[in-house]
Amino acid sequence: MTEPPFLFLPRECFQALLATLAGQGFHCKGPQLHDGSIVYAELAEASQLPRGVRDRQAPGEYRIETGADARCFAWANGAQGLKPYLFAPQEVLWQAERHADHTQFHETLPQARPIAFIGARACDLAALALQDAHFLQQDYVDPYYARRRENLFIVAVDCSHPAATCFCASTGDGPAASAGYDIALAELEEGYVARAGSARGQGVLEQLALDPASAAQQDSATRQHQQAVSAQTRRLPSRNLHDVLFAQLEHPRWEEVAERCLSCGNCTSVCPTCFCHHELEQPQLDGTRSDHVREWDSCFTQGHSYIHGIVVRSETKFRYRQWLTHKLGSWHEQYGRSGCVGCGRCLTWCPVGIDLTEEVAAICGDANE
Amino acid sequence: MRNRPRVAIHKFSSCDGCQLAFLNLGEALLTAAELVEFVHFAEAGPVAPDEKVDIAFVEGSLSTPHELERIRQVRANSTYLVTIGACATSGGVQALRNMADAGQWVAGIYAQPQYIESLATVSPIAQHVPVDLELWGCPVTSRQIVAAIRALLFGVLPVEENDKVCLECKRRQQVCVMVSKGEPCMGPVTRTGCGALCPSFGRDCYGCFGPAENPNTTALSRRFAGLGLLPEQVAQRFLFINNAAPAFHAAGLKAREDSHD
Repeated sequence: MTEPPFLFLPRECFQALLATLAGQGFHCKGPQLHDGSIVYAELAEASQLPRGVRDRQAPGEYRIETGADARCFAWANGAQGLKPYLFAPQEVLWQAERHADHTQFHETLPQARPIAFIGARACDLAALALQDAHFLQQDYVDPYYARRRENLFIVAVDCSHPAATCFCASTGDGPAASAGYDIALAELEEGYVARAGSARGQGVLEQLALDPASAAQQDSATRQHQQAVSAQTRRLPSRNLHDVLFAQLEHPRWEEVAERCLSCGNCTSVCPTCFCHHELEQPQLDGTRSDHVREWDSCFTQGHSYIHGIVVRSETKFRYRQWLTHKLGSWHEQYGRSGCVGCGRCLTWCPVGIDLTEEVAAICGDANE
Repeated sequence: MRNRPRVAIHKFSSCDGCQLAFLNLGEALLTAAELVEFVHFAEAGPVAPDEKVDIAFVEGSLSTPHELERIRQVRANSTYLVTIGACATSGGVQALRNMADAGQWVAGIYAQPQYIESLATVSPIAQHVPVDLELWGCPVTSRQIVAAIRALLFGVLPVEENDKVCLECKRRQQVCVMVSKGEPCMGPVTRTGCGALCPSFGRDCYGCFGPAENPNTTALSRRFAGLGLLPEQVAQRFLFINNAAPAFHAAGLKAREDSHD
């Protein structure tokens, strides 16, 4: 099979890409600047993109800086990527209606309009593959997730400006998109080097009738990628940490990190691979109908380990240990790889700036070498 | 009509705001009135404070000698006693006087302090009589009230909402005001239930729903100091609406100790 050709999408033609996708019935979502952060929202116009915006990230800190340049994707990420668009933070799973002689259940599958997600990062795509593995397992397909997933169109943008908190190069998931997209773009000063990753993506690019990217443009994209790799200073060991983590269940570091940890669940909420949720009833006041609701939960809550009057993980050290040993250890058994894609969100959005890579280094010894 | 459970809504030292959670129900208030009989609800009309009821909702803290007598009567008259709001559940903002010389305050404010009959300290309801269910918040929301009435009608206690505000804030995809703006947000130690209201308007949570389960106030205080708050400013984050809730009380006093170091 021949490699798909590299095409060039001039900056002023980005609107044509959005229009083509909209013309095919997609609802475009893309990155914008809101409330001091990159967030993904409805994207009708290319002018809504965060032009000239940079993000400065550190453990516990996220700041936006704006410049005068034309680049629209020269930032790493915001708190959320694709996850909320597929695994809804809160949704009704079914409704129950009580009648005099019987109870009736109503299906509430989402009426999902096809979404074109613009600006997915390589880490987001790696996380998406993991969420797919979880929610679309052969015999146990989650119909709510599946309904949103089936028509998703993805325009990935290679990461050219990783944040100080990023470590996707060490997990092997970035910074350039390698799979799972329909179209991938590498942003240069004058526009985008584009490549198709699916027949659908190919079709869209053909409709745009783009010229091939020049050798110089392809070189720039390659150089930019190499710089994005070497700019990353944090890392996680790429090997399977299952055995080393489970050999360290009594390590004093669990206690020490628990003194700093707020057990607030911000890390798991921003983690693009975390899938824990709880379910609850929201009955109507008159008692005739009830919504059965699913919402994001976290292994840092009391309810997460509550069983029949007992809270298994009452203390923060057990909750943090549960998170880390699952994410980096037992995920290997469940999904064949670690649950960390190196996006760095759990570092940045931790209100007290706990650094996962540092904790792993302390607990696993050699880990941050 | 079949016998409806009888409900009373009692007011103690408070601003009346939590009772509004009933009045603000709108149409649902009519549904509620079909499901239960509001025997005593002075803010809405019916006044019969000494009737026996199935459920007594109690707003306000215990602040006067007379209130101490009244709450015992309410308890004796009620099958279930449910506190609504910060005052009834943790003492409320008026419990700040527990850390001061209340007599001196009264003397400093009132021209004729001899007419003011208040206790030297304020206490939450549960300090004097057994409470079956506590609803936190300043004020409580209509959603909490509906959930409580519905659950009690089903014959169960409502699920306790004791997670941190952060979880709800993230589900609503608000941008974290602490991480993105350096605001001293109380969300990571505060009980959920408000729908992350303040962060959704870009401001920091001030803890009006009281402490969540497993609150690490020490780590949050340290973070506030890192954001540039002086020890007394850290203390005031905790010593506010739920200043008498044990976890916040201890954190506030600890910060104050630090300011004297």
